[in-house]
Amino acid sequence: MTFLSEFLRSTIMMSTTFLLAGIGTVFGERAGVVNIGIEGIMLVGSLAGVIGSWMSGSVWVGMLLAMAGGLLVALLFAFFSVRLYSNQIVVGVAINILAIGLTVLIYRGIFGVNGDIPEIDTFHAVAVPLLSRIPFIGSALFDQPIPVYIAYILVPLCSFIMNRTNIGLKVRSVGNNPMACDTVGLNVSRIRFGAVAYTGIMAGFAGAFLSTGQLSAFTENMVSGRGYIVIAAVACGNYTPVGVFLSSLMFGASEALEYRLQVINQSVPTEIWAMLPYIITLIALCVYQKKSNRPACSGTNYERQG
Amino acid sequence: MEFLRMKNICKSFGSAVANNNAELMVNRGEIHALLGENGAGKSTLMNILSGFYRADTGEIWLDGEKVSFLSPQEAIHKGIGMVHQHFMLIPEQSVIENVILGKSENPFVLDIKEQAEKFRHLSQQYNMEIDPWTIVGKLSVGEQQRVEILKALYRNSKLLILDEPTAVLTPQESRNLFKMIRKLSSEGCTVIFITHKLMDITEVCTNCTVLRKGATVYSIPITPSTDKNQLAYQMVGRAVEQEHKKIPENTGEEILRVSDLNYTRPDGASVVKKVNLQVHEGEIVGICGVDGNGQSELIKCITGILKPTGGKVEICNKDCSKLSVKSILRLGVAHIPEDRLKMGMVKSLNLSDNLILMHYDQPPISRHGLIDWHYVQSWGMNICKKNDVRMQSIDQAAGDLSGGNQQKLVVGRELEWNPKLLIAVHPNRGLDISAAGFITNCLIDARNRRTGILLVSTDLDELIEVSDRILVIYNGQISASLTQSEFDKEQLGKLMMGIQTAENKGAV
Repeated sequence: MTFLSEFLRSTIMMSTTFLLAGIGTVFGERAGVVNIGIEGIMLVGSLAGVIGSWMSGSVWVGMLLAMAGGLLVALLFAFFSVRLYSNQIVVGVAINILAIGLTVLIYRGIFGVNGDIPEIDTFHAVAVPLLSRIPFIGSALFDQPIPVYIAYILVPLCSFIMNRTNIGLKVRSVGNNPMACDTVGLNVSRIRFGAVAYTGIMAGFAGAFLSTGQLSAFTENMVSGRGYIVIAAVACGNYTPVGVFLSSLMFGASEALEYRLQVINQSVPTEIWAMLPYIITLIALCVYQKKSNRPACSGTNYERQG
Repeated sequence: MEFLRMKNICKSFGSAVANNNAELMVNRGEIHALLGENGAGKSTLMNILSGFYRADTGEIWLDGEKVSFLSPQEAIHKGIGMVHQHFMLIPEQSVIENVILGKSENPFVLDIKEQAEKFRHLSQQYNMEIDPWTIVGKLSVGEQQRVEILKALYRNSKLLILDEPTAVLTPQESRNLFKMIRKLSSEGCTVIFITHKLMDITEVCTNCTVLRKGATVYSIPITPSTDKNQLAYQMVGRAVEQEHKKIPENTGEEILRVSDLNYTRPDGASVVKKVNLQVHEGEIVGICGVDGNGQSELIKCITGILKPTGGKVEICNKDCSKLSVKSILRLGVAHIPEDRLKMGMVKSLNLSDNLILMHYDQPPISRHGLIDWHYVQSWGMNICKKNDVRMQSIDQAAGDLSGGNQQKLVVGRELEWNPKLLIAVHPNRGLDISAAGFITNCLIDARNRRTGILLVSTDLDELIEVSDRILVIYNGQISASLTQSEFDKEQLGKLMMGIQTAENKGAV
């Protein structure tokens, strides 16, 4: 009983990192921008979160700094891919390499090469009255840090924005047929810039949650492929916020399972269990290939002639 | 009363001049034809008018006011609506989402239900009922065009620009379109009708402006007595030879036999159903049908690009359902594919590379496994010369040629090897009359040299002109077979739309 309850609890925790980034990425993807730079943006976010929290003593300042950092890197990505029409994948890879080097440089610059791990404020669990007392699932779902609740709220909110509002219609249309949008007078670049910016803010937030919520320190390259899993989660979730929520849960569960199994079954090398989330990602992508919502012009830049 | 005047419009793309002092004057309520060959600058001029491109020089006066559009949005605000030749619709989304997309008065949370009601009223008003909740990709081409027109009207367009609207329609659909255009014009809406079909102009237009090489050369009102040959002369700049020298029927042995051919797509849709057909030496068999009725899959099964799920394809009495594409071509089959840019050529390769795509490993092009480039150069030059491919050099990229010249290159390449069977899919699609005339002549010459030709087209005039027999394909089945004496445009148009007539019920 406690095993399952604990497992559920850490599943929610792990999923939240994927979900926060995924709920942003889904807008960028829908607008036709494939941003594998999410990985790097999350890494920048996790460092910015730690620095902000360390300097101010408040994890919330860290979160805001992470969002700002994520936004900045995303705008860099958008500048090259959306404005200068560079290949989105190449720019994304460049962002990721840049982020690894940059975060290490800044971290060591501030905390020293062999510096002590700084003491920082982190997100603490806050129990929701009443709901957290539901037997079995209550504490797993409703005795969590506040970003988890933010993620819960964002799922229906983003779903509504995507499907029912003017912004959502523009984002979806730009991904499906940018030229048609251009002919009805929409500014394709501006819409894509906006979608990428939002993606960056959410990925920065997710990074901060990783380093100051899930864990309580920054380590070099700590995102370690979670950004790529986010992109996989968006594809598996058929490019909808609700779908991303479900697939994030699955990937979160596989990560949680990894840690549980490492503890329980010590005869197997931990590296085997560490592969689990990535193997599940691969299998999920192969098995679940529904792509009815995949934008028709995904990953292609749009440039008007003349 | 003058509604629109475009003065001295010039526009270049790099070194290519698209418009050179083009002029256009349109009165309110007119149906004004803009006539010109491919590359005459019609679409560029209209894209400038709709704010999509910016003119290098020149002025636009709309309703007595000088305007200058920096974006399509501004043009839309001034009541200019453009229906592009390649529809600017989002096939994945619903009709109503397409219609309201980009309207500046949209609230944050869309009032999509009320807008759908309004749209339904509008579509009923013009007798073009379209369900606003349908996904656009599920509509037929004609219906999509109606959505485009309604989309423009929904934005209160006072000037409607139609870019080659009849290119994709059956005669009946065209007639409905004309009816609607007349109604719009009678309500004070001004229509500019881009075309290179002379028939359209005499049928529906009230005035005509002719563009040639980017400049306005001629402008006249259209009356029943307007001389079509005069228009054609103005468009091309020289007399157009319309006669094709077709020798009487001289069919010989059977070249192609398709029996009970079935094809089911991977998603389970059966798109070719029990098709039977034969093509003989020296015969042109036309296949007519609205796009998407299985003709594309049928051709791909014959040429080996798709593997049929049932039935047999025999070329020269040899079963080729299991052969590779290359071995099928080696049997003496030539293929002018439906999309020259996607299937007919490699845009980024130069002309000689494109000319040897199929026969690169055959003597005399290749000897001892090496390509003889000297030979290829002179051989390629010769093909280009014979087929009137206008180029700067044999080393230029094929994608830089104009559409007509690209097609002449493909046709020249395919006919160079004197094929036994030629499969030609939409060979004249999007070509102007001089290029189309040239290619039609190539087909007839090949027929006269006893090549068997299977010709797929949606253009009934073309089919009736060259075919010895016409098969109608509807919903994956050959629904009718007509011999030359039975050709009738009306009748074919009905059959294409699946309307069975009494005389044809029993056929095939």
